[in-house]
Amino acid sequence: MDDGDARMKARVTVMLKDGVLDPQGEAIRHALGTLGFQGVAGVRQGKVIELDLDEGASEDKVAEMCERLLANTVIESYRVEMV
Amino acid sequence: MKAAVVVFPGSNCDRDLATAFRAAGAEVAMVWHKDRTLPEGVDVVGLPGGFSFGDYLRCGAIAARSPVCAAVSDHAARGGYVLGVCNGFQILTETGILPGALMRNAGLKYVCRTVTLQVERTDSAFTRGYAAGQEVRVPIAHHDGNYAASPAELDMLEAEGRVAFRYADNPNGSARQIAGILSANRRVLGMMPHPERAADAALGGTDGAPLFAGLVATLAGQGVPA
Repeated sequence: MDDGDARMKARVTVMLKDGVLDPQGEAIRHALGTLGFQGVAGVRQGKVIELDLDEGASEDKVAEMCERLLANTVIESYRVEMV
Repeated sequence: MKAAVVVFPGSNCDRDLATAFRAAGAEVAMVWHKDRTLPEGVDVVGLPGGFSFGDYLRCGAIAARSPVCAAVSDHAARGGYVLGVCNGFQILTETGILPGALMRNAGLKYVCRTVTLQVERTDSAFTRGYAAGQEVRVPIAHHDGNYAASPAELDMLEAEGRVAFRYADNPNGSARQIAGILSANRRVLGMMPHPERAADAALGGTDGAPLFAGLVATLAGQGVPA
């Protein structure tokens, strides 16, 4: 794409921090066991947030968005991918 | 004594909270979430229960970034009083005014029933109307009331005597059965149970009323530092 409206995307993955009990993940693990799926030792549930950004947006800016709104860093960690 | 109750889109306990404040003798103003300032001379801000902004992203997350919450943070930083109930407690943690976070209930279910709380501290305006160790019956109604904080923060809250209320029988998995916590200066209280729903005998109980009475009594004789 070489038009003037070039956009970028960022994909933000927000997960509960390691060590924070995830009751929803645990419920999913239990349900998988009920369906007969073997060998699922653990499940963690998180969320994915996709941002449609103006060209030139920096990963640092997205990280700032995560710190200030997208993740609650008391209990959640985040990962930013520019795609 | 002047109280301001903030109304967010999705608040549904705002009028109940205002009624409880008025019944205790406070003058109450309702404040819209887009307001950038609080009414002149407000002593206490009430953040009500409900589902502000549909609980989108995280409970209280969007509300905590609304214009009025900057004013509420300033008010708290000046030594002003704040009471956050249920979604209001979630908003207080999301703003960082109180530590920790409210996670999904451990049992994954929305829990709506009257529970027994133990009053842990009586050395705050909110709890002076109770006796230490007193058991009170107050309703809860939430899906995300599971209080979480790091072990170090929990130890700090305990050491500083900032756990105001504890559940007698933990309904949601909260760390150390915490139902409500105070700020370091004891002028901000966040709690998941609804004292405003237990402040009128016609509605099934009055165990929440001393909280409002204590606050009004404290503030009637003492303004907030400018």
